[in-house]
Amino acid sequence: MKENFKENMIQKKEGEIEKGGSKSIFGVWIYLMSDCLLFASLFATFVILRHATNGGPSGAEIFDLHFVFAETVLLLASSFTLGIATLYAHHEGSKKKALRFIAITFILGLAFLFMETYEFMKLIGEGHGPDKSAFLSAFFTLLGVHGLHVLFGLVWMAVLYIQIAKRGLQHALIDRLSALSLFWHFIDIIWIFIFTIVYLMAFV
Amino acid sequence: MFGKLTLDAFPNDVIVIVASLLMVVVASLVIGLLFYFKKWKWLWNEWITTVDHKKIGIMYILLSTVMFIRGFTDAMLMRTQQAVSVGESYGFLPPDHYDQIFTAHGVIMIFFVAMPLMFGLINFVLPLQIGARDAAFPFLNSLSFWLTFFAAMLVNASLAIGDFAATGWLAYPPLSGIQFSPGVGVDYYIWALQIGGVGTLLSAINFFVTVLMMRAPGMTLMRMPVFTWTSFCSMILVIVSFPILTATLFMLSLDRYFGMHFFTMDGGGNPMMYINLIWAWGHPEVYILMLPAFGIFSEIVSTFAKKRLFGYTTMIYATIAITVLSFLVWVHHFFTMGSGASVNAFFGIMTMIIAIPTGVKIFNWLFTMYRGRITFASPMLWMIGFIATFTFGGMTGVLLSLPAVDFQLHNSLFLVAHFHNTIIGGVLFGYFAGVAYWFPKIFGFSLNEKLGKLAFWHWILGFFVAFTPLYILGLLGMTRRLQHIEGGNGWQTLLIISLCGAVIIGIGIVIQLVQIVVSFLQRKKNLDTTGDPWDGRNLEWSTSSPPPHYNFAHIPTVYGRQAFWDMKYGNEYQNLHHHFEDITMPKNTPAGFFIAGLSFVLGFSLVWHIWWLVVISFLAILFVVIMRSFEEDTEYIIPKETIALHEASRHHYLKAL
Repeated sequence: MKENFKENMIQKKEGEIEKGGSKSIFGVWIYLMSDCLLFASLFATFVILRHATNGGPSGAEIFDLHFVFAETVLLLASSFTLGIATLYAHHEGSKKKALRFIAITFILGLAFLFMETYEFMKLIGEGHGPDKSAFLSAFFTLLGVHGLHVLFGLVWMAVLYIQIAKRGLQHALIDRLSALSLFWHFIDIIWIFIFTIVYLMAFV
Repeated sequence: MFGKLTLDAFPNDVIVIVASLLMVVVASLVIGLLFYFKKWKWLWNEWITTVDHKKIGIMYILLSTVMFIRGFTDAMLMRTQQAVSVGESYGFLPPDHYDQIFTAHGVIMIFFVAMPLMFGLINFVLPLQIGARDAAFPFLNSLSFWLTFFAAMLVNASLAIGDFAATGWLAYPPLSGIQFSPGVGVDYYIWALQIGGVGTLLSAINFFVTVLMMRAPGMTLMRMPVFTWTSFCSMILVIVSFPILTATLFMLSLDRYFGMHFFTMDGGGNPMMYINLIWAWGHPEVYILMLPAFGIFSEIVSTFAKKRLFGYTTMIYATIAITVLSFLVWVHHFFTMGSGASVNAFFGIMTMIIAIPTGVKIFNWLFTMYRGRITFASPMLWMIGFIATFTFGGMTGVLLSLPAVDFQLHNSLFLVAHFHNTIIGGVLFGYFAGVAYWFPKIFGFSLNEKLGKLAFWHWILGFFVAFTPLYILGLLGMTRRLQHIEGGNGWQTLLIISLCGAVIIGIGIVIQLVQIVVSFLQRKKNLDTTGDPWDGRNLEWSTSSPPPHYNFAHIPTVYGRQAFWDMKYGNEYQNLHHHFEDITMPKNTPAGFFIAGLSFVLGFSLVWHIWWLVVISFLAILFVVIMRSFEEDTEYIIPKETIALHEASRHHYLKAL
């Protein structure tokens, strides 16, 4: 099995089929694993500080689970649509369909980001800003960093959309789409942890 | 307009003014020379925009050398201050300045001396050892270097504009919080480390992928040279630990910039959280530096003992064991936190256990030397000096791993002596050995051996003279980072002896610098025409010195653990080829330089709260990244005729072999 894999790698190198393609996908995997550790640090800090409310509100008092559920649905749906875009690009080579689903993903991601910003603004407006207590600092930071990842993913998506629209489904671009979709699923998984550890556990 | 930046930020202290002026003079001298010799174009085309792993490696080593001089100057200032600031006398450094100096010393030595030196050697050697033509992501490699470079420049800028952190090299809160450090020093610290940290992480991902995907055919994992293995494990540690540093410093900056309460004393914050997090990064960091040095020693010992390395397999498993264990010992940096007997006992025992795989390595090296025909070339001297020094330092480490002992010695000079013992005796000696060993490969001529040996003897003698007194002082109860001590306790004599040791080390450093100059002047005499001056065993010695841009005209096939040795002394010389093919190589690009330069601007404006510049530089970085992603034409082809021509001279030599 291992030998086979190695053999394949050599063949690929010689045949110049996927020049550097699989390398960059592997690189993205490794980056995601290290990003995972970044979130692990933030999660650990949140768990340690989540009861340090300093006279301010606790999670159960300020979270609206219906709202968060809507956010979750948006983000999960966006992962699904990006998955479909990747499938179209890989198996059908259909530029039009791939682009359409990338666009839908973009809109879903943007909607998620709007909802998150709205929630932040609302909390700050009510006087529950990140400087209120250690709990709120950890909350805003964990979610904020996740939100920044979503924002970064959206920028990446927009750039990739333009590139695919201009150049068609080149091999390198399909690789980039796969990399983006790995990244996007990753922040989705992080969100599931946020949903569980930050929101659901607040009511336990 | 300029945020917190006013004219007050410029230096008014004599020492700082002189140092800043010196920097300005050196910088203008360099720029002047570049204009005089019309070398700008050369600098731009050959170095700044290069993506060649060998040139990037050389630049890393150069950066490390320059920063080493600054870090050592800081060390001399500290040792002198402590030797004279006794009783009535208060020395020449006021407390705040002294605090900045010991902080800068630690930060510079770890982040901008040891790390760049490590990445320099890995960059140059690792792709050659695995038979690759470049790293997996050449552009990323250039970006990583320039990020490290500009992070170092941010630290240097703090010398002339504003001040540096006065908190110790890990910037513990609450001292590093906005309440107790309202100046810009800690902000310089944070952003320099963040920018440098990104560079380090990208580099680690790069070499991780390089090792796993770019090895020559036949080179299975258990056939990799030991230096490649230990560097690989070190890169794993970077990938796993540096995100923790990034997250921790990010939270500290949120505390400072937005009044959040992660590590503050009020608002429910918890400073010990920071100390746990920073050491969860900090202890693996020690092994990030140490492991590649272990690899270098393994290469050197088998080359100069003329024997196959003893216990290759155990060496690899010991390395992996250290990699895993290094994440399970972080609490031993603060046993005094009060986490209770069972927690302390666990971390104490884990710390002791880590000495076992390290001991395995030491014995492997000793057994490799046993009955070998040892040549005492300067890399081998560093190696033997390392075994003595590092073992001693390791044993004092095991002493400190006992929580009960640690309660006495915590934050004392005993600790300072211990970690210098391992970092100088282990890491620094290792990289010096590596530089001496691979220098002919890098530049095509070897270093002057006489001066090299002289430098070694100054270093090892100076080391023991400088740090043995610190062990004693620590046992006597002297804590670290003291700007002034009271008279009458008999410490001054020992501090003066320690200063003498530092001076001896200083002479050693001067000899090393002279050695480079002299070797350059005598380069015709010490030319390495063979590509294999030490009778080496791994693939890096199979190319010419310095290697051609494309490293290998033909990617070699590997049949055993000592690929080049097998080629040399095996049945056929398989590197003899008459037929050449075109080689595709990555094109140079200035994007990495631009992104890193803009990151410097971003960091600087964040330090001084110049918000409009923050926005502009951030958008500019984004712009360059996006523009780079639109580039399609990133590779070029070296025609086979050029390669044939280049290989012809080498061919002659190989035939005669």
